[in-house]
Formats: sequence, C-alpha cells, structure tokens
Amino acid sequence: MPFVTAKSQRASYDVIVVGSGAAGGQSAYTLCMDGAKVLMLEAGRRYSPETETAMFQTPDLAPLAAVGTPQKPFGFYDATVDGGWEVPGEPYVRASEEAAGRFEWWRARMLGGRTNHWGRISLRYGPYDFKPRSRDGLGFDWPLGYEDIAPYYDKVELLIGVYGSNEGLENTPDSSPGCLLPPPKPLVSDRLIAQRAKRLGIPAIPGHRAVLTRPLDFRRSPARLHPGNVTAQRILADDMRRRAACVWATPCGRGCSIRANYQSTTVHLPPALASGNLDIATDAMVYEVTLGRDGRATGVSFVDRTTGRQQHATARVVILAASACESVRILLNSKSAQSPNGLANSSGSLGRYLMDTVGSTVRGQIPLLESLPPLNEDAADGDQLYVPWWLYRDQLAGKLGFARGYHIEFGGGKRMPGYGTAAGIEWLTGGSYGVKFKQDVRRYYGSFVYFDGRGEMIPNEHSFCEIDPSVKDKWGIPVLRFHWRWSEHELRQAAHMQRTFADIIGAMDGRTHGAVQNDGARAIAPGGSIIHEVGGAIMGSDPKTSVTNQWCQTWDVPNLFVTDGAVFASNADKNPTLTIMALAWRASDRILERMRRKEL
Amino acid sequence: MDRRTTIKWVVAASAAWPLLGRGTERADPALTVRGYGTDPNLLAVYRPGELWPLTLTAPQRRLAGILADIIIPADPHSPSASAVGVVEFIDEWVSAPYPDNQRDRPIVLGGFSWLDAEAARRFGKRFPELDTTEQNGICDDICDETRAATVRRDAARFFALYRDLTAAGFYSTPVGRRDLSYLGNVPLARFDGPPPALLRKLNLA
Repeated sequence: MPFVTAKSQRASYDVIVVGSGAAGGQSAYTLCMDGAKVLMLEAGRRYSPETETAMFQTPDLAPLAAVGTPQKPFGFYDATVDGGWEVPGEPYVRASEEAAGRFEWWRARMLGGRTNHWGRISLRYGPYDFKPRSRDGLGFDWPLGYEDIAPYYDKVELLIGVYGSNEGLENTPDSSPGCLLPPPKPLVSDRLIAQRAKRLGIPAIPGHRAVLTRPLDFRRSPARLHPGNVTAQRILADDMRRRAACVWATPCGRGCSIRANYQSTTVHLPPALASGNLDIATDAMVYEVTLGRDGRATGVSFVDRTTGRQQHATARVVILAASACESVRILLNSKSAQSPNGLANSSGSLGRYLMDTVGSTVRGQIPLLESLPPLNEDAADGDQLYVPWWLYRDQLAGKLGFARGYHIEFGGGKRMPGYGTAAGIEWLTGGSYGVKFKQDVRRYYGSFVYFDGRGEMIPNEHSFCEIDPSVKDKWGIPVLRFHWRWSEHELRQAAHMQRTFADIIGAMDGRTHGAVQNDGARAIAPGGSIIHEVGGAIMGSDPKTSVTNQWCQTWDVPNLFVTDGAVFASNADKNPTLTIMALAWRASDRILERMRRKEL
Repeated sequence: MDRRTTIKWVVAASAAWPLLGRGTERADPALTVRGYGTDPNLLAVYRPGELWPLTLTAPQRRLAGILADIIIPADPHSPSASAVGVVEFIDEWVSAPYPDNQRDRPIVLGGFSWLDAEAARRFGKRFPELDTTEQNGICDDICDETRAATVRRDAARFFALYRDLTAAGFYSTPVGRRDLSYLGNVPLARFDGPPPALLRKLNLA
C-alpha cells in the first residue's frame, strides 16, 4: 500500500493536502485522478473501515451497553476513534464558560476524519444561500452563485452516491437527471408525521443522504465524471463496482465495511490510491505552512506523532483541508516577519465569522404508534423524509422575527433496543414495575418520535477563534481560544423550532416530552455542538475583507488554498458536507488547470 | 434483628444520601481506572469485569438481583432480568470510571442501604428477607418520583435510576430484543417499507 512513512516520502509533490476528510478526500481524489502527485497528511492514525467497523455488533457485546462516554461520545460502536469533544493532550480554550458563550469543538484524529461517523445528510445550498446579504441585508454574499457550483453538486452526487428526489421547491434545488439514487421507503412514523405536518402547511419530502439505495452506475457515471480521461474512468468504474448497496441494517454512524455509504476512507481514498498518485502519511500533525522568500508557500511542517520529531514536506501547492478551525489554527500559527498575525491574514479576518448550525430538539410520544405489529424499521438509518425550510415568503416579509430558515430532521420507529428504549418512561407509565412494566415497554416501544431543527446562523463579530497566548498542546503547538455569541435571529429561530415541533406532535395527537421552550436561549444547543462549524477563513470578492477568493485560493499566497468549511461565507441550514466537497472539487479543477498552464 | 443493627443500617443509609442531588459529585478515589481509552477494539466481545474491576459486595449483588427481578420478573414472554446478566451489567455500570457512572454510583449504593434500612424500620428484616408483599409495599412508595413523599424523594430517584439501568441491561440482550419482537439488524436484499394492509388500517396508505 502506498501509505508512506514520513521517511519515505518523495522529495517533492505537486500538491500537499492537509487532512483526509470530506475536503481533503475530495481534493486528493480530483487531483490524483487527473495525474497530480499528492501527499496527504493526516494527524490521526490509519483507519480501515473494511476491517474495523462493528457492523452488526449488539449492545450486549460492548461495555456499558455501548452507551457514549467521554472516550466514545457517540457510543462505543461509533466509527470515531481518537476523537470527541475532548482529545487527550490537545486542549482548546473557551473565552467563556457561560452557556450563552460556550463553544464546543469536535475533532476526529483518524484517517477520513469525521466522515467516518457523520450523518450522511447531503443537501444542496440553494440560490438564496449564496447571496444572503443581497436578499436580506445581513451577513455576506459569496463570491460565487448557485449556477457556478451546481455542476459540482452533480459530480459529487454521482461520485459518492446520494439518495433523494427532485421536488422543485423554493431554494431547495433539484439535481440533474440521473444524479440521485431512489429514496428509501418511509416508515409508519415518517408517513404519520408527513400526513399531520401537511395539515399545518409543512411539507415533508424524501431526505438526501449519501447512502447507496442501489449499486452505483459504474457503466455510465465514470465517463460523465471524467470525460476524456480513460485511466480515471477505468479506476473509478472498478471502484464503483466494489461498493455494495445498502443492506438496510446497522447504523451508518458506525461506518460501513461494505462501503454502502460515503466516508472518505471508502469512497475518495481508494480510487485516489489506485491511481498511484497519492501518498498518505498518517500520524502527521501539521502545524505550519512554510513560506519562501518570494512569498509563496514552500510546503508544511509537521510533527510525526509516532516519534515526536518535526518534519517538513515540500510541494508546488499547499491545500489546507484540516477542518475549519484546524486549518485556521495552522494559518494563525504560521507567523513570520512578513505575516506577524498569521499567514493569509492581511485582511485581519482570519479566525473571524465562525458559524455553527442552530440546533433544537423536541421529543414526543404518539399513541397512534403504540402496540404496532413487529416491523423491521432499520431502513436507511433515518432521514427517509425531512422537512426543508418552507416559510421563505413569510420570512422575507418580516413576519417571523428572524431572518433565516431551518430544516427539520425527524424520525421514529422500532430501533434496535438498548439503553434508551425504556429509560425515563415513568411520565407515561406512572412508575410501573414488574410484569406491568414489561407490558408497558412493549406498548410504548416504537411510539416515540423526535424532531431536530437545523437552522442557519448569521456570521457575527463576536463568534471567532484566535491563538491562546499561553496554552499549548502536547506537541508544543499553540491552541485555539474560542469566542461565541448567538444573535437574536438564532435564538428566535430556536424558539420557533420548539413551537413548530410541539404543533406537529399535537397534530399527531401525541404528547411532547419535557418542557417546550419559548426562551430561545434555553432552546438552542451550544455553539459547535451540531458539528457544522464553518467560517474562519471566509471567501469573498474583496481581499480587504476575506481570506480567499471564490476558488478557495488565499488572496495573500497564490499557491495556498483552503478547501474545507473555513471558506464558507454563510452557513445555510443545509448540512455543510456536500457543499464542502463541491467547493473542493471546483477548487481542485482550478488548481489542475493553473498547474497545466504553469501558473502554479 | 436487634435494634442496634437496625440503627446502624439507618445511619449508613442516611450517610449515603448527602452525596446525592448536587450533580457535581467527585469521582470515588478508589476508582481511578482509565476506562477503555479513545481507541478500543470494537470487534472484541467485552464482559463485565474485563475493563475495570467490579465493586459490588456479595450482599449488594444479592440485593441488586432481587430488585432487578422485582422490576423485570419472568413472565410468559421472557425470563427475569437477573437471568440475562443484569446484575453483572449494573455492577459494571456503577464500577466504571466515567462521569455518568460515578454520578450514579452513590445513588445506587445509597439506595441499596436505604432499602435495607427501610425494611428494618418497617419489618425488622433486611430487604432480601422480606416476602413479596412486603417488598412491593416498599417499592410502591418509591416507584413514582412525582407521587413519592418528600422524605422518600431520594429513594424514589434511586428507584427511577435503577429501573432505567435494569431495563438497559435487559433490553440490550438477545432476550430483550426478542421480548420486543425487534426484527432488524439483519441484512436485507431490499427494503419494502411497511405492509400496505397496515398502512391502510392506519389511514396512511
């Protein structure tokens, strides 16, 4: 395998890619399939989903019934290793511990990063989402529009495999013909939610997730993705053939050993490695981009975590794809006489405009769903249906009191029994125990539903990260300090979510569990906790107010690019991963073109 | 049982309670095990006691089993909680080094002491030695936090937690999955969704 140690790397590369998740995987894939020699540096360990994924393991085989702990926050069988809200030896600092100013930073130190465990929700930004300031005067417009990125959404969907449907709804774009896989069948609870939400004027449509509901079209898609590149077509066709379709079992968050969903390690990296153009060094913790006298990046410095030694790698082009905050950290730590405030920071906006997704949840119990006959409801592991934002007109007319929208992820069904199945149900049972308790658990099993709001946050001056003046990680690398504040737009939006979800549960003749929060500050999840953090090196059309141009190219250093979520100029309610990949592909195409023209 | 023993148990029980309700209990210094780390082998099979030592005493384990079986007894559908390893699960739970477990540990141990003390106060015996009616009499007082008398609020909080843990241990097992007729976690060639007849019955067709 061409996994290199730090010792055996080539003397130089065309491109260094820092990070191996959605952004790094897509960047490396695009570059390698077109012949560029790429070195990928990943801070975490090598990880092999084919051999390490706990696909069908049941909770009785794990410690503590597989519930989450600080060492495995999303449960024992979650794909994430060496990751979580706290990473041993790698602290970060919060400027405030108060709830309102709290920011939590999720990291996954492993090959493929957080793509190994993510929710696979793959929604396109719409035309409004790239021009929010033009629409309502708030935040920033992107320096590109939906029409610029649409072809790349098509490509990413074809490559990774995304199920969904085209509904023609406002700012909820359709894909080109043949791009989407068929959506899975909705569950009983999905259908009931859709039926009752519709009575309230709330539309539920098929979700979009990176799960193969049927095998990929290995005969046609490779030619569509790599026109004129026979080698790339052959490699991709071979690899697509090896990806199995979903078997309608086991949670996607564990990862997928049969490669039926997207994770960088099962979709981007195998064909990129098969091209022979990709070297990967794991346990390589990049801390600095090095600069030549001409002001161009010469490469990166990193710590070999297995030895603790500092190493250097050189390339014509450097791409940072280490996750929004980690890429910003590397740039802020790349100080020199020419750039005392960090590299690519002549605008002073590096680290600024950090955004996460607004999150708020309501749960309910639905008598109509009690005591249903036995059903296999593992399905696609959720998000068979979802609700896209549906109040664009009321919002633009100023009727809502907050400026941006949210979508609703919801679900229910007879999920695999475990810790949560019968926990805390005395609000329904009156505290039963004994044979009555067993009967109650059977009755209520499968009758619970949840609604998760996922909303847009508008960038603000109070949410940013910077280098802490004193704290360093175990490698001696200065760490980030986070500042966070929500605006009234987000808080009112979170309260609106709570009311809406309670209304839907009411329309289902159900009962909400716990208080429905009218106070947005109580309704909203802490900053960072939805793990959609973006911004910090936003793209723009003016070098004075942004870090990169529309090609993810830093204004200050022409051969330095940032292809992860750091460049987002807004954070629409749509989960960021699909857009990260589309932007990375587009930027990488640009890099290839400019390398061919010897401009890089 | 003599009066002196009874008093000793009552004192032990009340001494356990001050630990409760603050939400910031410190870790028991006796439990400094490091857990399974951030990169455990996910494919191995783990049994209680493998990763950190179990800590319940023999009398505590006996009481744990009796109470678990009061909450989940055998019935025509499935065996009782203790028959599928729930005592071992609860011992693993309260012996684990993580914050949630360390938070629950004094609640469970304090609850055990309270049950014995309450049994001694009302019936002059330890809880395991009571007959079913007597045991249920005590459980009825604490099975619903919203109805429990103020003086039994902590005991009711213990009972709610213990019911959750018992159910977690039970429904995580193959027996528990069968009890709920869970049909998933098997590979399917296709997923057809709910049967049309059911959807018609529910007016969802």
